[in-house]
Amino acid sequence: MTINGLAQIGLFFLVLVALVKPLGWYMARVYTGQACGMDRVMGPFERLIYRVCGVRAAEEMNWRTYAVAMLLFNGTGLVTLYALQRLQGFLPLNPSAFEAVAPDLAFNTASSFVTNTNWQAYGGESTLSYLTQMLGLTVQNFVSAATGMAILVALIRGLIARTAVTIGNFWVDLTRSTLYIFLPLSAVLALLLVSQGTVQTIGSAHHTAFLQPVTYDKPMLDAAGQPVLDEKGIAKTESTAVIEQTLAVGPVASQVAIKHLGTNGGGFFNANAAHPYENPTPLTDFILILAETLIAASLTYTFGTMVGDTRQGWAILAAMLSVLLFFVLGAYWAESAGNPRLAVLGVEQTAVNAPGGNMEGKEVRFGIARSALFATATTATSTGAVNSMHDSFTPLGGLVPLFMMQFGEVILGGVGSGLYGMLVFAIIAVFIAGLMVGRTPEYLGKKIETYEMKMAALLILIMPIIVLGFTAVAVVMESGTSSILNPGAHGFSEILYAYTSQGNNNGSAFGGLNANTPFYNLTGALAMLVSRFWLAIPTLALAGSLARKTIVPAGPGTLPTHRPLFVGLLVGVVIMVGALTFVPALALGPVVEHLLIVAR
Amino acid sequence: MAAQLRSALTMFFILTILTGLAYPLAVTGIAQLLFPHQANGSLIYKDGKPIGSTLIDQPFDDPKYFWSRPSATAPFPYNAAASSGSNLGPTNPALTEAVKSRVANLKSTDPGNDTPVPVDLVTASGSGLDPHISPAAAEYQVRRVARARGREEAFVRTVVRQHTEGRQFGMLGETRVNVLALNLALDASDEPR
Repeated sequence: MTINGLAQIGLFFLVLVALVKPLGWYMARVYTGQACGMDRVMGPFERLIYRVCGVRAAEEMNWRTYAVAMLLFNGTGLVTLYALQRLQGFLPLNPSAFEAVAPDLAFNTASSFVTNTNWQAYGGESTLSYLTQMLGLTVQNFVSAATGMAILVALIRGLIARTAVTIGNFWVDLTRSTLYIFLPLSAVLALLLVSQGTVQTIGSAHHTAFLQPVTYDKPMLDAAGQPVLDEKGIAKTESTAVIEQTLAVGPVASQVAIKHLGTNGGGFFNANAAHPYENPTPLTDFILILAETLIAASLTYTFGTMVGDTRQGWAILAAMLSVLLFFVLGAYWAESAGNPRLAVLGVEQTAVNAPGGNMEGKEVRFGIARSALFATATTATSTGAVNSMHDSFTPLGGLVPLFMMQFGEVILGGVGSGLYGMLVFAIIAVFIAGLMVGRTPEYLGKKIETYEMKMAALLILIMPIIVLGFTAVAVVMESGTSSILNPGAHGFSEILYAYTSQGNNNGSAFGGLNANTPFYNLTGALAMLVSRFWLAIPTLALAGSLARKTIVPAGPGTLPTHRPLFVGLLVGVVIMVGALTFVPALALGPVVEHLLIVAR
Repeated sequence: MAAQLRSALTMFFILTILTGLAYPLAVTGIAQLLFPHQANGSLIYKDGKPIGSTLIDQPFDDPKYFWSRPSATAPFPYNAAASSGSNLGPTNPALTEAVKSRVANLKSTDPGNDTPVPVDLVTASGSGLDPHISPAAAEYQVRRVARARGREEAFVRTVVRQHTEGRQFGMLGETRVNVLALNLALDASDEPR
């Protein structure tokens, strides 16, 4: 760990906290329909959309209608994205002439982008046409994020309503999130990225000559395309010279901007934000980490403003950021220490005139501090973009991103979804506190009763069941274990990571696992769909139930939910109820591996 | 329900056109206008022909060139149409073997150099296309390159320094050396003028 590395981490937290209030204030105005400046540009457009779509903006919905609208919209997206991938061979904007994506992979990818997960079982630059990337993936990056925001705003309305039946209008929340928040921010961010070197073109790939041609052993194929084997049954190879490099390009910056702002994470390229054409400089790296945390963090202020007490928002943010900071430092420490198995080979891992540390899977321009910060932030939020390969992290360094996701994506989390998840934990926290002192729990003046606790219990139980259930199935099946790249405990971690990531709609991966098999594509798609929508619906039900209640004034027995005591309680509940479920599984993976690596 | 379905379909169509076509195409137009060099891949031109990019490295194993970081792209290193890391875990014997053979390879082309090898020079990057090595990794290779080119070490060091980029704003990221630009500059310095 170096002073500079710690300073880079510190700077990120400072800038993030400084931006929370202005953006949070702006978003509160957007969702309460007040003048926000952007309405002068987008207002006429917004009204036109409502007219064409037959939306009566002033008409609010009850929670069931809200949920139906949300599901119909996302269902349309799922079908469209699947069809685009299957038909891309016949559609325009396909300069590399990619053929139809296989059905299981197309289904997984469609589920992945509709659920704001962006798990990628495909390599972007070698599978998808520009049209699929733009009309399919970029669109879902916007609208899946906007869906998460809409559900959050509905829940907040439930908290502030007094004996009401309605919780807002889904179409209005969706449209306003897209037009007023995501589009303007993305356009500015995309141009900022291009100025630093992120590519943005619809032209085809460049072909340039290698300065020094490279030779490699290419497997020999017979006329039928089968590998030719020698007497021992080993595939024969021939030495092949490559004189040319193909530089894949595309409309990258526009997609990268929204993939971070919307906590999506699906890269244009296979290497995601490690690719120099996505993330060319340390400054773009700084901005991308900021972008993926910015909206989720600012929403706490939006929440505070809307409930009429900004201290409530700051308390939630304090809980989130204290956990985040702790784990960023943990990952930084683990990765700086390097790999003891390389030290004995005469490899220098100290940070003198070099990043040092564990550099396998990391880029020199980012070094250890930025890679550790990125890995923690991308998994604390549900982004899942990577600027370094998590699979090659040290055991404890790799445990951090796993654990961050296992919190249930509530440490910032996805845009909207992170805060609605955290508010559910806040409800559980006041419930537990209420049990301790024997009073009826209440949150922001709303009594927490049986129905609310049932919904909250659903929300915290579904995720571990999906993650641990699928992991258990995969480790005992040939089709599960045959995809593993790394042997031993690390192989178990790869599978646990895959379902943790998909079951929490994160999308990052221990990339060594070959996830593009029918088994992983189908089970993964199921995990993503269930964890997104089966959590969204109880949240809306919760919003509907809270809206019907009156607000009781705070009494002497009310637990104040803006004080450090509550922040501590909330962190404790998130750790104990959320993440501790996974400790036995983690002990089998990263913990065992850590003991092995330090044992010799 | 039918009314919501109609709204869902039309809303999806409009948002698709807006965010999937209008947005990326508008950004492309403005980017091409304001930053054509960056938007098209930061290409390096020689005699009017593109010969590489400052952001994407190439593989080198000739002693007269500075070597870039190991690359795990398939089927050959620095395949910029299929970016990838190795994804090898820290306890995977394949990782230890790969690093061992890279160390041996460096030592065999530079006999007598007993300094420890900087870690970035023997580990694969995340993208497989990393354009940079650390100053320490460049310094490790100066003697070999100078000898192979019949040049003074001091001269090679000067060229390395010219292609060393500090932390952005003195703070962000790491100090780094652009390998392709460095090798092109060394080649250019050998050409008779």
